[in-house]
Amino acid sequence: MNTLIVVGIIVAAVVVLGFILVGLYNSLVQGRLRVKEAYSGIDVQLKRRASLVPNLVETVKGYAAHEKEVLENVTRARAMLQQAGSPGQAAEANNMLTSTLRSLFAVAEAYPDLKANQNFLELQRELSDIEEKIAYARQFYNSNVLSYNTKTATFPSVIFAGMFGFKPEEFFEAEEEERQDIKVSFAPPPAAPPPAATT
Amino acid sequence: MPETGSLDGGMQAPVLIYDRINANKRQTWLMMFVFVAVLGGFATVVGLAVGLPWQAAPFVIAGLAAYAFISYYVSSSVALAVSSAREVTKEQEPEYYRIVENLCIGSGLPMPKVYVIEDGAPNAFATGRDPKHASVTVTRGLLDKLDKAELEGVIAHEMSHIGNYDIRIMTLTVVLVGLVALLADFFMRWTWFGSGHRKSNSDRGGNAQLILFAVAILFAILAPIAAQLIQLAISRRREYLADASGALLCRNPDALARALEKITADADPLEEANKATAHLYFANPLRDHKSAFNGLFNTHPPVEERIRLLRAM
Repeated sequence: MNTLIVVGIIVAAVVVLGFILVGLYNSLVQGRLRVKEAYSGIDVQLKRRASLVPNLVETVKGYAAHEKEVLENVTRARAMLQQAGSPGQAAEANNMLTSTLRSLFAVAEAYPDLKANQNFLELQRELSDIEEKIAYARQFYNSNVLSYNTKTATFPSVIFAGMFGFKPEEFFEAEEEERQDIKVSFAPPPAAPPPAATT
Repeated sequence: MPETGSLDGGMQAPVLIYDRINANKRQTWLMMFVFVAVLGGFATVVGLAVGLPWQAAPFVIAGLAAYAFISYYVSSSVALAVSSAREVTKEQEPEYYRIVENLCIGSGLPMPKVYVIEDGAPNAFATGRDPKHASVTVTRGLLDKLDKAELEGVIAHEMSHIGNYDIRIMTLTVVLVGLVALLADFFMRWTWFGSGHRKSNSDRGGNAQLILFAVAILFAILAPIAAQLIQLAISRRREYLADASGALLCRNPDALARALEKITADADPLEEANKATAHLYFANPLRDHKSAFNGLFNTHPPVEERIRLLRAM
């Protein structure tokens, strides 16, 4: 009789432990899945951005063909972005594209005809919208990465993380400089159409 | 995108948000139950007093339950319709629409429907039964008077209401509490008119009439107070929470505080708001309720306190 009770207790303990372990494992899987999902949110915007660049380069060429260096830099940054394999690389390439586009729009200031071009204005608006969307997608992605990485590094789920190869994910870092610029562009209430400095 | 995956990861405090979602779902059920029980009880008492057979009671209760059930699905449409809100496209309101898109990306919520009320008073609300059936509404005044960062703050506050299922119970309140107010009104009038020509009946009829009269008065006094108390209980804490998670989402508590200041300073009353929908709004749209008594029944926390908390973030 006594042995029966002992066996019963052991079986119950094993079952409970099993449920806990399955739960831990599942939460790691779920965390990783959420990070992937969140990254696809960034990826969509990065692809949109990259697809607008050739059109922009062509438009600018029509008015300022001799600004070769600026245009080449933009094209190179875009190629880098398209080849990026990991979130970290994509973030780096994206930051590069941001800064080269910024110089492109700064150069464009010197060409009144270009600035009046409808197509150019439309592209500028679109690109600044995409930049904001990337910022929000990055925020969402990073918060998911943070919560997943915390799971992979803290007890008790850290045991599973080691056993089943749940590695911490890369953050999508923004340039320090970019953050400052966004702040600055908020300071004067934009009464006129979006100034070139936002892109 | 699985529904849960898009929710708790989005708002920065997963545990808190999960708790809020579950609490809101529970409270919605509780509210429907209380609604059916209280109104059903009242109807039964009144029915017996006027001499109806007790067998009528189950039908009344079934009717009320059906009303609550249907309300669950249609109350957001009702709330939008009584507020004269009009759905807008991205082409019509590109800036507003883009802000909503951006905040959806930032919070991982699906894109809600986007509405505008053509009214000069700046205000906003969110409604729906879950994030997949949700909508955001702002007034023309809000679009005109706030700058982009402030608008973003207000809409982030509304997105938080959507993300943690506040909208479910807040929207249901519009229709359930709206009915109570309507019935209270109706009862008062019906009793006054009814009492006149039935006086000539027998003594027994007179007695029933007296009971009915008493019940009606009780109902007329209790119902609006109960309704107000429900609104009060459900929305004050919600506003603080939505301010906090909205500020986290838009990363700009200061802009949200500025928006609150601007909205409070605005003297324009919102014509489309009424007692049933007031609690939905970002800031209390009913301005003529300044007396101490009405302060008790204010659906919104004091603006000064909300601003102070946001500034301290």
